Amino acid sequence: RSFTMLARMGEGCRTVPLAGHVGFDSLPDQLVNKSVSQGFCFNILCVGETGLGKSTLMDTLFNTKFEGEPATHTQPGVQLQSNTYDLQESNVRLKLTIVSTVGFGDQINKEDSYKPIVEFIDAQFEAYLQEELKIRRVLHTYHDSRIHVCLYFIAPTGHSLKSLDLVTMKKLDSKVNIIPIIAKADAISKSELTKFKIKITSELVSNGVQIYQFPTDDESVAEINGTMNAHLPFAVIGSTEELKIGNKMMRARQYPWGTVQVENEAHCDFVKLREMLIRVNMEDLREQTHTRHYELYRRCKLEEMGFKDTDPDSKPFSLQETYEAKRNEFLGELQKKEEEMRQMFVQRVKEKEAELKEAEKELHEKFDRLKKLHQDEKKKLEDKKKSLDDEVNAFKQRKTAAELLQSQGSQAGGSQTLKRDKEKKK
Amino acid sequence: LPETRTDAAMSELVPEPRPKPAVPMKPVSINSNLLGYIGIDTIIEQMRKKTMKTGFDFNIMVVGQSGLGKSTLVNTLFKSQVSRKASSWNREEKIPKTVEIKAIGHVIEEGGVKMKLTVIDTPGFGDQINNENCWEPIEKYINEQYEKFLKEEVNIARKKRIPDTRVHCCLYFISPTGHSLRPLDLEFMKHLSKVVNIIPVIAKADTMTLEEKSEFKQRVRKELEVNGIEFYPQKEFDEDLEDKTENDKIRQESMPFAVVGSDKEYQVNGKRVLGRKTPWGIIEVENLNHCEFALLRDFVIRTHLQDLKEVTHNIHYETYRAKRLNDNGGLPPGEGLLGTVLPPVPATPCPTAE
Repeated sequence: RSFTMLARMGEGCRTVPLAGHVGFDSLPDQLVNKSVSQGFCFNILCVGETGLGKSTLMDTLFNTKFEGEPATHTQPGVQLQSNTYDLQESNVRLKLTIVSTVGFGDQINKEDSYKPIVEFIDAQFEAYLQEELKIRRVLHTYHDSRIHVCLYFIAPTGHSLKSLDLVTMKKLDSKVNIIPIIAKADAISKSELTKFKIKITSELVSNGVQIYQFPTDDESVAEINGTMNAHLPFAVIGSTEELKIGNKMMRARQYPWGTVQVENEAHCDFVKLREMLIRVNMEDLREQTHTRHYELYRRCKLEEMGFKDTDPDSKPFSLQETYEAKRNEFLGELQKKEEEMRQMFVQRVKEKEAELKEAEKELHEKFDRLKKLHQDEKKKLEDKKKSLDDEVNAFKQRKTAAELLQSQGSQAGGSQTLKRDKEKKK
Repeated sequence: LPETRTDAAMSELVPEPRPKPAVPMKPVSINSNLLGYIGIDTIIEQMRKKTMKTGFDFNIMVVGQSGLGKSTLVNTLFKSQVSRKASSWNREEKIPKTVEIKAIGHVIEEGGVKMKLTVIDTPGFGDQINNENCWEPIEKYINEQYEKFLKEEVNIARKKRIPDTRVHCCLYFISPTGHSLRPLDLEFMKHLSKVVNIIPVIAKADTMTLEEKSEFKQRVRKELEVNGIEFYPQKEFDEDLEDKTENDKIRQESMPFAVVGSDKEYQVNGKRVLGRKTPWGIIEVENLNHCEFALLRDFVIRTHLQDLKEVTHNIHYETYRAKRLNDNGGLPPGEGLLGTVLPPVPATPCPTAE
C-alpha cells in the first residue's frame, strides 16, 4: 500500500534514500500546532421531533449544561435555532455550534417540513462559496459554519421509520453526513430494539438513503469503524442527572423498576456514539463535508449559474465571468449608491428649501399681522386723541362761554348778589 | 456629501442594494465549563493521522551564481542526492545563455512522513556579462505556478487535492565577498521578495573569519533594510507576540545564515561528520562553532517548513489571485483571463495583502 502511495505522490519521481536524520518528520506536528493555535470548528445539526431529547443528548455528549428553554409543540412552522459555544480541553480550543430544529414534526401538514433544514444547510455552503469567490478573501481565518454532521433523531416507536423521517433523510443525504440515532431508547426493550434497528436499516437501504459510513480505509481505525457501522442506528439515552451507583457518580435515569445508566454499553449505545462522533471520526466528518458535500454544492451551484469547464484546447471556461460580473456588480452597486445618495441630498435640499420658504412666508404673514395690529392700535389711539381733543375744545368753548357769561352776569347781577347776601344777613 | 448626517440615518435612507444570503447563524460564543473528559483533544491525533496519509509537498528554489555551492547545500540539507551538481554536468555543456529553470522532484520519507520534495535550480543566473533582468524568467516561473494553481482552483469539477507546484521557499545565495551586497543581489531580492519567501544565505562561509562573518552579516542586514527588502520571516506576517519575539531574534541576529555545505564524511573525534577537509583543519558542517548550517536546517525544515507553505498559500498566492482577478491580467474584457497564453507578467510589484 505504501508503494501505491508513493507512486501516486511521485507521479514519476524517484524515491531517494536519506543518509541521516533530516528532521521533516516534525511536519505533522508543525501543521497540527498551527491548527491548535487557530482553534477548530465543529458544527452539529440535530433534526428530530419536539421532545425527543435533542438538547439533553447534547448536554450529555459534551458533559455540560448548554443554555436553552425546552420548546413547545405549538410552532407554526419548522425553524432552526443555533448556538455557538467555546469549549476547551487541554490545549485544544473548539468552537462548537449546535443547531436544532424547533417544531419539527408538530404541524398537521408536514410536506414542507424538510425545506427549512435544507435551506439552512445550503445557506452555510453558500456563505462559504461567496467567501471563496471573493477577490480579496481570508479563507484561513473564516469561521466555518458548514454543518459537519446531522444527528437524525428517530422516535422510539419500535415499528419502523415514519414517512417524514424517510422523506427528510432522503433530502439531506447528499448534503450532509447523516448519523441516525434512536432517541429515548429506554422506551424499547432489547429484543424489540434489535428488530427495530434491522427494520430501520432495511428501510433506509430500500429507499436509497445514504447515511454516513465510518471510514474503513485507515488500518488503525478500520476495525473499530467497521464494527460500529454494524451497530447503526445507535440507540441512545441522554441524562443530565447524576446518581450514585455503587460508589461512583454516574449519569443515569431512575425508574421504579431500575436505573438506566447512560454510559453502560449494555444499556445503550451512547458510548459508541461519543466514541465515533468525537474521538475517532470528528476530523473525517469535517473533511467529508468539505471535499464531498461542499464540492457537490459548489459544482451544482456553478452549473446552475450556467458555467462549464471546457477542455484546455478550446476557449477557457467562463467562470471568469463570475468575477467580471461580481466586479461589475460591485461597481454598479457603488454607482447606484452614489446616485441614490446624490438624489437623497437633492431631495433633502429641496425639502429644506421648501421648509425655509414656508417659514419665511409665515414670518411675513406674522409681520403683516403685527403691522396691521399696530396700525389699528394707532388708529384707535388717534381716534381717541381726536375725541379727547374735541372734548377739550368743547370744554374750552364752554369755559370761555361760561366765563363770558359770568363776567356779564357779575357786572349786572353783582349787586343783586350783594343784596341777597345782605338780606340773608338780616 | 453633507457631514451632518450620521451613518445610522444614512443606512435608513439608502436601501440595501441586494438581499444578504440567509445565514441565520451568529457566532456568539458562550463559554461552557466542561465537567469530565469528552475527548475533543483527540482531534489532534485524528488530524495528524490524516496528514501523514496524504503526505506533503515542498518546493524549494535555489538562486545564485554558479559555483556558490547551491546544489551541495541542498543535498546537505536533505541528506540525499536531490540536486544534480553542476560539476557533474557533461564538460561539453556550456553555461546556459539565459537563466534556465530546472525542477526535479524526489520522494523522501522519514518517520512515516512522506514528502515530495522539488528542487528548482536556476542555472545561468548572474553568470552572463550582461545580467539585466535575469530575474525575469524566475519571476515568470513563480507566477506560472500560481497561475496553474489558480486554474485548478477555479475549475467547476475540482481535484480533491490540487497539486502544489508553487515555490514555497527561495534560497538566495550571497557571495562571501565580505564587502557588501552586489547590485544584482539587491535587484533580485527587491523584485522577488514581493512574490515569494526569500531566505538569503551567505555561501561558502568558510572563507571568512568569525569577525568578518559577523560584520558582513550586519552590513547585509542593514543594506536589505535600507532597500526595503523583506526576507522571510516577514515582519508583517508575524501572527502573535510569541511569533514576533521568536522571529525578531532570527531576523536581527541569525540571518542571513552563513553556511557551508558538504556531502563528504570525515572522522572527527571518533564520530563521522559531514565536513570539508582543508590542510588547516576539517570544517564540520553541522558544528555551530564552524558555520550556521544547522541553524538554517532547523529553521527551514524542523520549525518553519509548514509556515513557509502557509505564507506562500495564504499571502503570496492570494495576492497573485486578487491581482489577477481584478485586472483581468491586462487583457481586454471578453478574452479569456485564464487562457492558454500567459499574459505578460506585471513588472510592478504586486500590492501586499492587508
